[in-house]
Amino acid sequence: MPTSYAETYFPVLLQAVIAMAVAAGMLGASYLLGKRVRNRVKDMPYECGIEPTGSARERFSVKFYLVGMLFILFDIEAIFLYPWAVVYRELKMFAFLEMLVFIVLILSGFFYIWKKGALDWGETGERRFRKP
Amino acid sequence: MQLWLIPAFPLAGFLINGLLGRRASKGFINAVAIGSVLLSFAWVLKTIMGLGDVSSRYVEHYFTWIQSGALQVNFDFAVDRLTVVMLLVVTGVGALIHIYSVGYMGHEGGYYRFFAYLNLFMFFMLTLVLAANYLVLFVGWEGVGLCSYLLIGFYFLRQSATNAGNKAFIVNRIGDFGFSLAIFLVFLNFGTLDFGGVFANVPGKPETLLNTIGLLLLVGACGKSAQIPLYVWLPDAMEGPTPVSALIHAATMVTAGVYMVARSNVIYIHAPVAQEAVALIGLATAFFSATIGLLQNDIKKIFAYSTVSQLGYMFVGAGVGAFSAGIYHLVTHAFFKALLFLGSGSVIHALSGEQDVRRMGGLAKKIPWTFWTMLCAAVAIAGVPPFSGFYSKDMILAAAYQRAPWIYWVGAITAGLTAFYVFRAIFLAFFGAYRGHEHPHESPPVMILPLAALAFLSLAGGFLFDVPQFLERLFPPIEESHDVTLVAVSVAIGLAGIGLAALFYVVKPSLPDSLAASFSGVYKLIYNKYFVDEIYDAAVVKPVVNGSRSLLWKGVDVGLIDAGVNGLGWSARGIGGILRLLQSGSIRSYATWVVFGSVVLMVAMAMAGGVR
Amino acid sequence: MYASLVPTSAEMIRFLPELILTVVATLFMVLDPLLGRQSRHVYGHFSILALLGAMAAAVYVYRDPGAAFSGMLMVDGFATFFRVVVIGVGILTVLPSYRYLDREDAETGEYHALLLFSIVGQCVMVTANELIMIFIGLEISSIASYVLAGYLRDDRRANEAALKYFLLGSFATAFFLYGVALIYGMTGSTNLATVRRAILGGSLGSAPIFIGVAAALMFVGLGFKVSGAPFQIWAPDVYQGAPTPVAAFLSAGPKAAAFAIFLRIFLTAFQPIGPGWEPLVWVSALASMTLGNFAALTQSNIKRLLAYSSIAHAGYVLVALAARSNVGTAAAMFYMAAYAFMNIGAFAVVSHLSGKGERYLKVEDFAGLGAKQPGTAALLSIFLLSLIGVPLTGGFFGKFYIFKAALDSHLVWLTVLGLLNSAVAAYYYLRILVMMYMREPGEAASRIQPLTPGLRAALVLPALGTLVLGIFPGWVLDFAGRSSVFVR
Repeated sequence: MPTSYAETYFPVLLQAVIAMAVAAGMLGASYLLGKRVRNRVKDMPYECGIEPTGSARERFSVKFYLVGMLFILFDIEAIFLYPWAVVYRELKMFAFLEMLVFIVLILSGFFYIWKKGALDWGETGERRFRKP
Repeated sequence: MQLWLIPAFPLAGFLINGLLGRRASKGFINAVAIGSVLLSFAWVLKTIMGLGDVSSRYVEHYFTWIQSGALQVNFDFAVDRLTVVMLLVVTGVGALIHIYSVGYMGHEGGYYRFFAYLNLFMFFMLTLVLAANYLVLFVGWEGVGLCSYLLIGFYFLRQSATNAGNKAFIVNRIGDFGFSLAIFLVFLNFGTLDFGGVFANVPGKPETLLNTIGLLLLVGACGKSAQIPLYVWLPDAMEGPTPVSALIHAATMVTAGVYMVARSNVIYIHAPVAQEAVALIGLATAFFSATIGLLQNDIKKIFAYSTVSQLGYMFVGAGVGAFSAGIYHLVTHAFFKALLFLGSGSVIHALSGEQDVRRMGGLAKKIPWTFWTMLCAAVAIAGVPPFSGFYSKDMILAAAYQRAPWIYWVGAITAGLTAFYVFRAIFLAFFGAYRGHEHPHESPPVMILPLAALAFLSLAGGFLFDVPQFLERLFPPIEESHDVTLVAVSVAIGLAGIGLAALFYVVKPSLPDSLAASFSGVYKLIYNKYFVDEIYDAAVVKPVVNGSRSLLWKGVDVGLIDAGVNGLGWSARGIGGILRLLQSGSIRSYATWVVFGSVVLMVAMAMAGGVR
Repeated sequence: MYASLVPTSAEMIRFLPELILTVVATLFMVLDPLLGRQSRHVYGHFSILALLGAMAAAVYVYRDPGAAFSGMLMVDGFATFFRVVVIGVGILTVLPSYRYLDREDAETGEYHALLLFSIVGQCVMVTANELIMIFIGLEISSIASYVLAGYLRDDRRANEAALKYFLLGSFATAFFLYGVALIYGMTGSTNLATVRRAILGGSLGSAPIFIGVAAALMFVGLGFKVSGAPFQIWAPDVYQGAPTPVAAFLSAGPKAAAFAIFLRIFLTAFQPIGPGWEPLVWVSALASMTLGNFAALTQSNIKRLLAYSSIAHAGYVLVALAARSNVGTAAAMFYMAAYAFMNIGAFAVVSHLSGKGERYLKVEDFAGLGAKQPGTAALLSIFLLSLIGVPLTGGFFGKFYIFKAALDSHLVWLTVLGLLNSAVAAYYYLRILVMMYMREPGEAASRIQPLTPGLRAALVLPALGTLVLGIFPGWVLDFAGRSSVFVR
């Protein structure tokens, strides 16, 4: 029976050490034992398949990130429905009202980003509201 | 008794002139400013009449200022005989100087502003004097400092005036630091700040504690009353208009430190070390600033060093246990030093701004009223019997002799130096041939009148007001000494000083130069005021300013963090460039700083917090 | 078993101030896209109404103090005091913002919505009684203020400020959250009183050492929010870059709320290990005071100067925390109230003087303000004197109580060094006074606009507050003293 903090977590520490040792061992072993052949074909990203064109570090439109973030936000808010679904029978009317409030808040947020133009992909959008 | 009316009149004057003065006529401003001070003076007289012989302390309670747990401080005013003396000096001399200012400031810009500040000063000074506890006293204490700062910097187009104001404020903050610590200590150990409550409990407290409190109070007093090592601001404060020098930097505000020490006499009596320190600092200040005064050429600076020196005398009085003698000297000094300043103001006025005594001379015939009144002040400060300075100075010296004869001797020599430099100024300004270019003209009656009144007080104040007898019951008795020799010796030294000044500057004017040549080392040292300003600048001001600039701002903010981080960032690149994700260099460094701080914290807390 | 989760009406009423603010802020967001620019001042008016309503509600609900939402919130004197402070800070921020937003031609709807959301977060923080609620409040407040800091989108400095604030802020919040996790792991609760009982009872499982680590992690997070050394590093950059009214808000509102939870957490949950963390607070207080004051000595930009000064003032309040006593708590409460008044007032003058695009931000730009606009200069003088700590102002009593509390707890050296620090501090505030009254008017003072009603209120109200706290501090101090017992 482990008694102290250190003893409880000793297996974790052990596992971490072993994991690192294995990784280091494999890399080290292949470094030491492996053969190194360097030629043009070997250095290509894919040894077979289509040759890559252009830089891999392309710039995306900022809209992409915006929509991505909004998606995650609404996604997470939807998760709130799961625990609610578990208990809503017991909480009866209160649960219904509470979810109503929640939905209204989400919808007003949605309305806001929509009207502000955060969902428009083109050049129109919130600039419309800035200058009369 | 409605004591609150005494400071309320000047406050009303300040508000009226401050708010309406910009568009008001000079007559209106004068009426408000002088009227408020005169009303306050009248109310002081009425209060004294109403209180009879003021044999006990009379307290008036207005409201509970702070009430929080054990902390209770009332907003109270109180009057006892010491307060009465101070009230009369402040309002009386204050009123005369207000009247004088009408003539002196007549041609200056910002007329209403000047009188508004002056009234505000009166308000705070009277609050300081009337305070019934240390915290209310501190309100007045800070307030007069603020007004002093505003008035020193009154001629703000002159850079030197602004600098002098700053210097006064900063140096006084150092003094206030000591004073506020003393207040905290008093509160913690006595549970109250009320004078009555504190002083009743002083006997029986440990002597170390009382010594500490006494020394801290002394630090505060040194700042306000310009004693070594905090005296440096007062000579510079002469950048202010001359009536300000007379009122604030000679007669009233600078004596607040002496008043506070006398007020706390019960503490000092039970704290021998602190009391000894008061005497020694006073004596050192008196002597050194008197020597500096010997070689000054600006007429106001001469009297400024003289003020520092005379304040030192008052501290000696308090330090040797002769509190009433110290207060006595405070009163007579208020008369003759205010007169000396107002007189030199009249000279400066006559010469359209000339302050250098080397460019004066022969003015006795041209401005006779100024000459004769200043002469009265000069004989008073030189301790010539039977004028006012003789009484008070003699009393301090006699008490000092009882404590330790050597204090007496240093004091007596200082008295000789005082007589010398004051008469040096008088002789240089009023005797011989005129060396300037302006055409001197006598000042208007509104300036002469206060001069005459003060001249009368300087001559007769000594036997008209027997302050020590009035204060007899307030302070521990002084051992009476009737040693005529001591009196004779000090008077003789004073007269010798006058004679020497006459010899140097009237009979044989070439003598000072040849003496200066033969003692050039000492001469240079004294002429440059012992280089104290330069030493302070090199030892305190420069290190603080440069230190904060290079060490804290550039060093810690920019250098240390960036350097540490760049080092780390460099190695981070090797590891995998995690920190490079944050593109901005400074954010990266800030974040690293946070990590660094938190690691230190966590280690410290794990050591200290975990192991209980 | 879930029935206890349904809040009673009394509990809902205890949450009334937050409800009012949330509803109004949400309405703003819905209305903002619909209303045109003609109605730009409407938001400000309604913000003030909502804040006044919330303040009235906060005072009203104190008639019936108690817990709400299963003990997650606690309406007591302490919470009410800080609710009133942060809502008051909100009002004092809205008033100068009218003019500022007009001048910079910025949108108003979002601004006020964000401001209200930030205040909601702060109200939740100060009312919260357990760590998760504190964290949620902290995040609501912080995220809104990150956006506010960068509100002027076209301004490079504002962008930089917002980014720095956001990155470092989330960094610090992560530390805090890690501390919360450790506490929950060790004690099985996030309720402050329960945590305290667990620490006292020794039922910490096997690792008392991690209580210290958890406290340190929370210290990092909170130290960042109050800008105490060594986590003060963000403040000058952010205050300098943020719009001036926002900088005023950041220096008073979030700071007050952060100090409130600092006091609550460290004096309730971590009270048993007080001797352990006291030295750290001691060092942090001293470092904040010294760094803030000495760095401020050499600043020429007024917003940077006020930022360093706010670091120094955080140091003073940390002194009160180091005292670990009811007196210290009361002193910290009083100081935050006084500081809110004087600092917001000073920032309002800066905002007024700086002109379009905040061009005039040098200390020299104050030259001659006393001659050009005597009223403004006089009010700024009151704020500066209070920041120095001159008697008859709130700042004086704030410092007085704090150092008294420190001496009561025998922190003699901290008191001595703190008083020395406040002597140094006088110098840089004095420079501004000198500029105003003892210099010829420069370009900034010559071009100064007349005061608008909003600005006038934004200057006069804090000045009155500063003076009232200085002359009649009894009432506020008394309330703070009685409320401080709740933090135990």
